[in-house]
Amino acid sequence: MSQEFETSLGEHELADLAVGCTVLAGGGGGDPRVGLMMAINAVQHHGPVSVIQLDDVADSDTVFAAGMVGAPTVMMEKIANGGEGRVIQDTLQARLGTRISAMMPMEMGGINGVLPVAWAVNAGLPLVDGDLMGRAFPELQMCTPHLHDIPSRPSVLVDERSQAITFDTAGNVWLERLMRNTVSVLGGCASAGLYPMSGAVARGPVIRGTVSTAVRIGRAIRTAGASPFEALDSEAEVYPLITGKVIDVERHTAGGFVRGSAVIEGTETDSGRLVRVEFQNENLVALEDGEPIATVPDIITLLDRHTAHGIVTEHIRYGQRVVLSVFRGPTQWRSEAGLRVVGPRAFGYDVEFKPVEERHAPTH
Amino acid sequence: MPRPIDLRLGIDVGGTNTDAVVVDNNQRLLAQFKTPTTFDLGTGIHQAIAGVSSVLDAPLDRVTHVMLGTTHATNAILEGRELLKTAVVRIGAPATLSIPPLLDWPSELRAAASAGEVIVPGGSEVSGEPIVPFERQELVRFLEEHAGTIEAVAITSVFSPVSAEHELEAEQVVHEVLGDVPVSLSYRIGSLGLLERENACVLNSSLVGVARKVVSGLNDALERNGIDAVAYLTQNDGTLMGLDYVLRFPVLSIGSGPANSMRGAGYLTQETDALVIDVGGTSTDIGVLVNGFPRESSAAVNIGGVRTNFRMPDLNSIAVGGGTKIAQDGDGIKVGPESVGHRLVTDSLVFGGASPTLSDAAVSAERADMGKRDLLADTAVDLTGALRIADERVAIAIDQMKTTRGDARVIAVGGGSVVLPPELEGASVVLHPEHYDVANAIGAAIASVSGQVDKVFKLSGRTRQEVTDEATTDARNEAISAGADPAAVEIVEIEEVPMAYLTEPVIRIRAKAAGPLSTV
Repeated sequence: MSQEFETSLGEHELADLAVGCTVLAGGGGGDPRVGLMMAINAVQHHGPVSVIQLDDVADSDTVFAAGMVGAPTVMMEKIANGGEGRVIQDTLQARLGTRISAMMPMEMGGINGVLPVAWAVNAGLPLVDGDLMGRAFPELQMCTPHLHDIPSRPSVLVDERSQAITFDTAGNVWLERLMRNTVSVLGGCASAGLYPMSGAVARGPVIRGTVSTAVRIGRAIRTAGASPFEALDSEAEVYPLITGKVIDVERHTAGGFVRGSAVIEGTETDSGRLVRVEFQNENLVALEDGEPIATVPDIITLLDRHTAHGIVTEHIRYGQRVVLSVFRGPTQWRSEAGLRVVGPRAFGYDVEFKPVEERHAPTH
Repeated sequence: MPRPIDLRLGIDVGGTNTDAVVVDNNQRLLAQFKTPTTFDLGTGIHQAIAGVSSVLDAPLDRVTHVMLGTTHATNAILEGRELLKTAVVRIGAPATLSIPPLLDWPSELRAAASAGEVIVPGGSEVSGEPIVPFERQELVRFLEEHAGTIEAVAITSVFSPVSAEHELEAEQVVHEVLGDVPVSLSYRIGSLGLLERENACVLNSSLVGVARKVVSGLNDALERNGIDAVAYLTQNDGTLMGLDYVLRFPVLSIGSGPANSMRGAGYLTQETDALVIDVGGTSTDIGVLVNGFPRESSAAVNIGGVRTNFRMPDLNSIAVGGGTKIAQDGDGIKVGPESVGHRLVTDSLVFGGASPTLSDAAVSAERADMGKRDLLADTAVDLTGALRIADERVAIAIDQMKTTRGDARVIAVGGGSVVLPPELEGASVVLHPEHYDVANAIGAAIASVSGQVDKVFKLSGRTRQEVTDEATTDARNEAISAGADPAAVEIVEIEEVPMAYLTEPVIRIRAKAAGPLSTV
């Protein structure tokens, strides 16, 4: 497993980042394509975005996490303006009176893993090599600063009309409630700047190096030729649960989320097995014979059987050929405090989290 | 007044051959004819009609309905020729400015199809409210500036599947400024997903010129053969569209070939749910018939390097065909992907050529009877081993397409299907229908008429059932207005897609209705 960090992202790196985001998303965050095209258009006009390590941010400088909040279906129709990052930066700077020196993706999955590149380029800011989830999650308090009692306030929401709304909430769960409702009024999606932190504070919670990891995963898959799964495994340890095809998928909306499940019937050496994946935007648990065989916060992703690209939950369809795979979830989420926020019980499953490496053998 | 249905003429213009068939009103096959595809569409159609007429035991003027399937529109895009210069109008600013239209189009196709692009203020929210008011003056300025080069206009507005108001206003502006120029509106062409719908709309707009040629080529060929009939083109779901519709929505003819084969296979065997394996000269397409229609792919469809959100038949294609070459490769055997294609009748061993093919292997194994079997006597390649490899590939591909456990019913069609074994692993039965080699033209001839809706609905107090009923009624009415028999129209597909992260219940419903042509 190589440990080189990216220092800038041009068009090729962005394409790899997008593929890496489909793998790390755990089925959530939407198809990264719109974010990728925004980012490509931005670097075509302004040149590659520079990527910095968290250690390069001065203690007193401010960084924030950015991403779109709302329905991916809306984001793919009412595409962002592209200048939202600058509006968020200006609003936070005016409010905090400190210099904002960089931004980072709020999650490393789906649209939001790639789209902040466009905002950073257009605002002339570097991108921090890290994020606050290490994967994708559905709610705004499911960010690592929440585990460190770091408030999301002041957070800013901006729409395509450049209307900026600042949220000073009593807690991060309130932010989730208020922002989610505001987004609905604004038409189903809007752009957010969350958890502004000084460099000194950010060094605690930020999950580091995830931009580089996603780029490396994408690059490995792209250059792998006929065996993308082996290449993927060399960058991120893969625990394949079952190879098969989707024989049933069911989705419904509840509480503003898409919930549902997919059933995968084994083929090849897994012939005769059936595994069911349940999701709330992201894949939450995988079950076989009624028993969980993987749960959040480990990353459960349906990978395309041929390309090893991740499949987002909205795109799961009857008949798809897939490898249901699990990756170790970020360490912070596997702590007791982390599991309270994003463990199986946080999503209504009365089961213990058991790390994937204790249940299954890796590919090798 | 159209005449009551008597005979139908189905024509399929493929890459290699043009096939024509005539069926009667009880859908009995009366005549069939195969002729090489010509560069000029009209000539090829004329030859196919003249040919089928020579083997038809009835006067051609009994033909009342003509159905054409053609790859002409696909080829125009792939080759970037005969395309109209299209003004690409998007209504959505200040949203969507981060991704300009046609950003990821191949540059040659973009140059061939675009007369310029603009994003003007306007568009709709998912609720149907305007994002901002539509700025008609900005559109007027753009159109005046490019008036000299614009041959067609494609208009795409944000959330037009929810509210098409701004697209309709913009269409009026176009006619005010440019007069009678063809206009494509995205809400009539694609579903949600702005960029994919916009791409489909621009392709459609640029294909209008090709559509005019196809329609006039077909009409000329019919006239030359004394046929006075209602004519249709088949579309990518295997159903028909009238020629006036073809002129407005030419892009929908893309992908009709495989759909026709599958529908034809279903007709020839009277199966409604089965796997269809269509073996040509170079490749094999495996698709699935569900309720008599091809199952559609969920993946984005790429046409000539342009991503669209069309629904196309879900196909698994492998490089196994009647002309697939066999070569000795060290100790092993190499099967494909190269093929002798239409040179099978000169290049393969049984026809005295020097290229061992899967057809030779099939003759050797006594699956097929063509050419001279004696000519295989002294070949050095392992024909039996090659056939085993091909059989295995087919079996795996079939397994990948199966949707339920247990063995599937399989229908084998296409000129190359003689290479298939009498029994296939994973198949409870393999049906080899008569006339398997013209299944595509038959599929065109027996095609039904469809109507569909793909719309976002706000529940606003209504129940899910009420909204679904509205969608299915719309689909049914559309099928009937396209010529389907009102008594026989059925809803063949309905899909509900809830939208994430919205607290207000909004659902997207896709419904398709289809039925046989009305006989009166």
